[in-house]
Amino acid sequence: MIAVEQGDIGIAGLAASGILVAVAVGISLWRQLGLERSLLWASLRALVQLLIVGWVLQFVVDPDDPIIYSVLWIVAMVGFAAYTTSRRAADVPKVLPLSLVAYTASAIVVLGVLFGFGIYDLEGRTLVPLAGMVIGNSLAATVLVSRQLLIAATEQRGVIEGRLALGLSATEAFRPHLRQALRTALVPQIESTKAVGIVFLPGAMVGLILAGVDPADAVKVQVSVMYLVLGSVATTTAVMSLGISRELFTPAQQLRRPAQRTDD
Amino acid sequence: MSSADAFELVGVDAGPVDGDPILRSIDLVLPANGVTVLAGPSGAGKSTLLRLLNRLDDPVAGEVRWRGRALTDWSPTELRRQVAMVFQRPPLFAGTVCDNLRVALPDVDLERAGHVLEHVGLGADLLEHDADTLSGGEAQRMCVARALLTDPAVLLADEPTAALDRAARATVEDLGRMLADSGVAVIWVSHDTDQLRRLADHVIVLADGAVRAVGHLDELDASTDPLVRQSVGAP
Repeated sequence: MIAVEQGDIGIAGLAASGILVAVAVGISLWRQLGLERSLLWASLRALVQLLIVGWVLQFVVDPDDPIIYSVLWIVAMVGFAAYTTSRRAADVPKVLPLSLVAYTASAIVVLGVLFGFGIYDLEGRTLVPLAGMVIGNSLAATVLVSRQLLIAATEQRGVIEGRLALGLSATEAFRPHLRQALRTALVPQIESTKAVGIVFLPGAMVGLILAGVDPADAVKVQVSVMYLVLGSVATTTAVMSLGISRELFTPAQQLRRPAQRTDD
Repeated sequence: MSSADAFELVGVDAGPVDGDPILRSIDLVLPANGVTVLAGPSGAGKSTLLRLLNRLDDPVAGEVRWRGRALTDWSPTELRRQVAMVFQRPPLFAGTVCDNLRVALPDVDLERAGHVLEHVGLGADLLEHDADTLSGGEAQRMCVARALLTDPAVLLADEPTAALDRAARATVEDLGRMLADSGVAVIWVSHDTDQLRRLADHVIVLADGAVRAVGHLDELDASTDPLVRQSVGAP
């Protein structure tokens, strides 16, 4: 029998959970979806990546290790997130430095609140996973807001220049588009926050309950993580969009053309 | 015309930063009164020149001056409130006609808003209409009304009737004439020679990024340059 004890499902348990991958592969074969190789590759890759991360995390979260290891880990995560953002929103001007600033600002603000108010104890075991939640959850929204702003600057050029021509500053002329892009990025997060518990049980809570934590305690952790996600997404997208807005205009309140955006 | 009030271009090149210039070595004084029509074939640089005058774009070389001061010495927002612009496609902002007017002048009261609409030949009852519901001609006139709320000395018009039908075109032309008669210098880009002949007090013909001719209509009618004659529709 496979039994869960103190959150450890063991190698046998892990292997048995692979049956569910086999089920997915079976469905793919049965319905001729042609996804067998992708399914196997994704499952294997996730396993290897997480094993490596888990192994490295052992060193980072060890209470005996200096906190600087955790900080270095976070710096690497910020760098990787900024790189991913710059790949997925490549046309956005100065996307790499701007996203570095945005993720760093978000990490400082959100982790500052969580640890500054003593909500969690400051140690590698809490710092690294919470920073991962901040950065990981902000990534999609940051890419989305970046793309939205660029689309607005391109497709709404006539309206933006119409406002500039009335003597509005670049900030005023772009404000409605900035607001719309931020709303587009934040609304899905708000919707999923509202649906939580009713439509789905969030991963962190499921993980804690499976690991043997009292559901009432798991809820408290989960709620703090949800608030963390909201705060992170709002901070990252706000910093990113303000930075992009500045890059889209010249100091003389002119909307740059796409060719002009990269040459300074 | 007094050149102290006029736009002056000195050795101006304009166009994309990293491509061939559209305007080359332009030296020009634009009249500071009446309706000045910028004419010439497509691609001659008419719109490019117009956009330099309120600094929606900057020249890549040379200098543009207004009232004796380089445009780079003006605050761009202050300049644009004095040098207003209307576009070929009227840019409508979200909301009602009144909301649109408030973009130009946030604290405009209903009386003044209604008055400026009537000034451009629209009824004050349109104030509460959604701007999206205006016809093409109404939208263009509303954009002129919006621009007038900043009390401009100059109105730049970039082919303002190109997207309009004949009746709407006439109302916008009449409006341009009325503004010029009331003291607003109007600089109007057009490639419609009939319109040019109805409206122009002064004509500037551009071709291949250079000034081909400047003068009154009767002067250009007498030109021996076939391109100038064609651009002004000389009989």
